[in-house]
Amino acid sequence: MPPDRNHNDSGLEAREVSKYFGDFPALKRVTLRIAAGECALIYGANGAGKTTLLRVLASLTEPSAGEIWLGGRKVDRRTVALKSRVGFVSHATFLYGDLTVEENLVLAAKLFGLSSVRSRVSAVIETFGLVDRARQSVRSLSRGLQQRATLARAMLHEPDFLLLDEPFTGLDSTAVASLEALLRRLPSQGKAVAFSTHNFAQGISIAHRLVAVERGRVSYDGPVASAPAEYSLRAPEAEVARS
Amino acid sequence: MRSLEIVWTLLVKDLRIEWRQRETLASVCIFGLLVVFLCDFAFEPAGAEALRLLPGVLWIAFVFAGILGFNRSFAAERENACLEGIRLAPVEPGLIYLAKLAANFVFLAVAEVVITFAAALWYNFSFFPAFKDFVTIVFFGTLGYVAVGVTFGAVAANTRMREVMLPVLQFPVAVPIFIGAIEATSGALKGAPPNLYWSWVRLLIAFAVIFAVLSFMLFEFVLEE
Repeated sequence: MPPDRNHNDSGLEAREVSKYFGDFPALKRVTLRIAAGECALIYGANGAGKTTLLRVLASLTEPSAGEIWLGGRKVDRRTVALKSRVGFVSHATFLYGDLTVEENLVLAAKLFGLSSVRSRVSAVIETFGLVDRARQSVRSLSRGLQQRATLARAMLHEPDFLLLDEPFTGLDSTAVASLEALLRRLPSQGKAVAFSTHNFAQGISIAHRLVAVERGRVSYDGPVASAPAEYSLRAPEAEVARS
Repeated sequence: MRSLEIVWTLLVKDLRIEWRQRETLASVCIFGLLVVFLCDFAFEPAGAEALRLLPGVLWIAFVFAGILGFNRSFAAERENACLEGIRLAPVEPGLIYLAKLAANFVFLAVAEVVITFAAALWYNFSFFPAFKDFVTIVFFGTLGYVAVGVTFGAVAANTRMREVMLPVLQFPVAVPIFIGAIEATSGALKGAPPNLYWSWVRLLIAFAVIFAVLSFMLFEFVLEE
């Protein structure tokens, strides 16, 4: 399919996307575009539709209606190659418990068709502080270390678009700090990042853009600086402080 | 070339996991041996009677051993949503199918060697006079059975009662394989003229090829939520 001339080639876009699970609408006509160099916080309460939105953008879940466009091309069954431009971290680790961290990463590198598998795997193992654990089976790692390995897997092929669903889950403070630094650095390298977190303060300290999702709809999409105060007031940490 | 590399990578991954766990092969072999042993114990066949029973006993053992294997095969993929992880990569779904087909074929073939060897001992029967035909029949019967099993294993993996769903979905479709395989094996082991049982072998070949090709083409729909 030829590139859509009306759209910048660098964006990942949901156009009028709806997703139904049975009769339940998880997403309702969501339109959203994430461009290169952007860092967007996808924020919302439990069940608001954040995970579904990220999964649809990652092409793991087919939308019930609407379209996903990536780099000016509509994503469908014929655009398998476009998947190498997206990295995704979900609640699941995507890692085989009986393989070591290194074997999991080598497997992913081969599936993504990387040319220098060993050097790239070594690089991400070092970046995510897994050098001492590389030869350990994933099953024997703590949740936090598994999350680091998951992040390493998502970054392995240096995707243009990084989609992260609650990436800070299970990480210790050192790993949180280095992930925050990484997320701040990536947009300046021309990468696009969209992530969700329940920690609103942490999220807006990293992201430039806030995408608030409520009951399957985008209720706010704009700069963090001009976001209505109601979002920070609704944040769980604010509610805890009030109570 | 890249397609072959992907299939090989996924196959090696499955074999490596199985080598570390040794769960699938152990359970499949034990189950198959149990079927052969119990039938021998129950019927105490001798001579011509053993020859009459053996094809059925062997294929019952192969079929039930296979079911265990198909269920186990997708259990590793369900854990940590690993199949989704593969789907995130630029990999054609048909290649995932081919890799699973190859891995399950290897597991079941190893089990079949063990089961056949045990059957030869317990039933005091020599497979050597019809060895070439027997191997051909088992090869294509197994290929067709695995081609169906992997497809329905993937379908059942997304259902709640997956262990029950797999045989319910798979057996009706695989009936032509069971009939063809038992008839052909029976003919071969009895030393019947090949023209009497090769029509069954051709059925097995056709079924295996058609189902493998169809599944390869349609596997992306199987993997969808």
